[in-house]
Amino acid sequence: MIEKPEVQISIRHLDFFYGKSQALFDNNIDIYKNHITAIIGPSGCGKSTHIRTYNRIYELYRDQRAEGEILMDGQNLLSKEIDVIDLRRRVGMIFQKPSPFPMSVFDNVAYGLKLNYRIRGSELSDRVEMALKQAALWNEISDKLDNSGTALSGGQQQRLCIARAIAVEPEVLLMDEPCSAIDPIATAKIEELMLDLKSKYTIVIVTHNMQQAARVSDFTAFFYTGRIVEFGETDKLFTKPKEKQTEDYITGRFG
Amino acid sequence: MVVEYQKEIGGMMILIKSLKFRHIKNNIVKVISTLTASVGLFFLCWILYEVLKRGIGAYNWAFFTQLPTPPGIMGGGLVNAMVGTVLITLLATCVGTPLGILSGVYLSEFGKGTRIASAIRFINNVLVGIPSIIIGMFIYTLMVAPMKSFSAWAGMVALAIIMLPVMVRTTEDMLNMVPDALRESGLALGAPKWKVTVGVVFRAARSGILTGVLLAVARISGETAPLLFTVLNSPYWMKSLKEPVANLTVTIFNYAMSPYRDWITKAWGASLLIMMAVLGLAVFSRLLLRNKGTSN
Repeated sequence: MIEKPEVQISIRHLDFFYGKSQALFDNNIDIYKNHITAIIGPSGCGKSTHIRTYNRIYELYRDQRAEGEILMDGQNLLSKEIDVIDLRRRVGMIFQKPSPFPMSVFDNVAYGLKLNYRIRGSELSDRVEMALKQAALWNEISDKLDNSGTALSGGQQQRLCIARAIAVEPEVLLMDEPCSAIDPIATAKIEELMLDLKSKYTIVIVTHNMQQAARVSDFTAFFYTGRIVEFGETDKLFTKPKEKQTEDYITGRFG
Repeated sequence: MVVEYQKEIGGMMILIKSLKFRHIKNNIVKVISTLTASVGLFFLCWILYEVLKRGIGAYNWAFFTQLPTPPGIMGGGLVNAMVGTVLITLLATCVGTPLGILSGVYLSEFGKGTRIASAIRFINNVLVGIPSIIIGMFIYTLMVAPMKSFSAWAGMVALAIIMLPVMVRTTEDMLNMVPDALRESGLALGAPKWKVTVGVVFRAARSGILTGVLLAVARISGETAPLLFTVLNSPYWMKSLKEPVANLTVTIFNYAMSPYRDWITKAWGASLLIMMAVLGLAVFSRLLLRNKGTSN
């Protein structure tokens, strides 16, 4: 990195609670625009919990609660004034398990589009095609748009979910272990896709796979028991970690 | 009996339990469960066989097209009762299904984890277990007595109440089977909750819910006790929903208790008819579920 990149999201003093038990402790981190930030750490360290606060998807569950600040464009995303529907249009999310809706491939991608924009007819199909092309899925399924999204292979389903998420043109794309349920070939495709997408979107990826973090990300945060132990440029973090815990984890001594 | 022997694993001598005993236990459980299943199946087949044997004799053109004859006179049919049963069941379904599905949606999607939802769920489970005759009596007191007349309306309400808790439970169960990942994906795209519920969650659960509707319809179409207190029965064509209306189950009850051979045969015929209808609904709902994986 030659010049300091622009910050898209700043997380300040973020705490998170599942009922009475605290899962995140004073998380502070900057997510840089048009870069890929990887979040690594052992199971249960709060990686997914952390990114699930960015689009407030945790609010689906009654006993979950976040405190602190997640700043984007000077606004605290956790404040009550934020319209979560608008927030989720700006911050898209890909989940661990591919979750195509029980409808056709076309309708899957059109779902978010129709929700957020007044478009129909040829404009709609153009946007769907564009999203599927961006998700590197168009060539495989351009003749199967009417087939059910649930009938695709796991890797295709995940790319369909990516197409669905980027169709609404979010600013940030959160990916919660997007490759853990799919095979290595599909994983390679998705990694390639992420590198393509970062020119347009800011990507945050949670991953168990350290090679994956090293391959795709520009910045890496190492989480341990709900705390951010180390955050920095991926190359530096993997070659010259500052913290002992980080070194132990990336060299496979624990976790 | 238990033959144990030793084996060296990682430098330690470890006792290995015999597999023989496990095989024997497995076989005992297998034999007992197969036997009990066949006892149940035997009685089921017996009922099917008897109803079929005795009921088929009642079937002729008149049975399906004519009104009942006065007691002791041969011939006639039960067409009014067939129409009556279908009508009351349909009306009850039209009321019970939407109420039940919406309550199920509340329990699974909107009220999940709240105290009021668990209270509703508890009451609903009690309601599932209430004998239908009590619901008949309840509606008798609530509607029949004040209106001073048995009526199709009262029967419809009684059946709808019987259907309601069944629908609530199936809907909630089916919606609970939809993975949260699907809800989260919908919400993450910026969809409001009701839209995710209707457009995504419901769609994923629709064949299960439809099956629940069919099974609930099958259940209420065979109810007798609540109808005895509410619609009663009638030998005539129905003129309005405010009066007693002919229906198959109460007809079976009346005819089967009568001394007339012809009526008893007709009661078997009506029983066969209901049985076939319920069987048809059950088979149809199985087909719906089977197609679930491929068609949606």
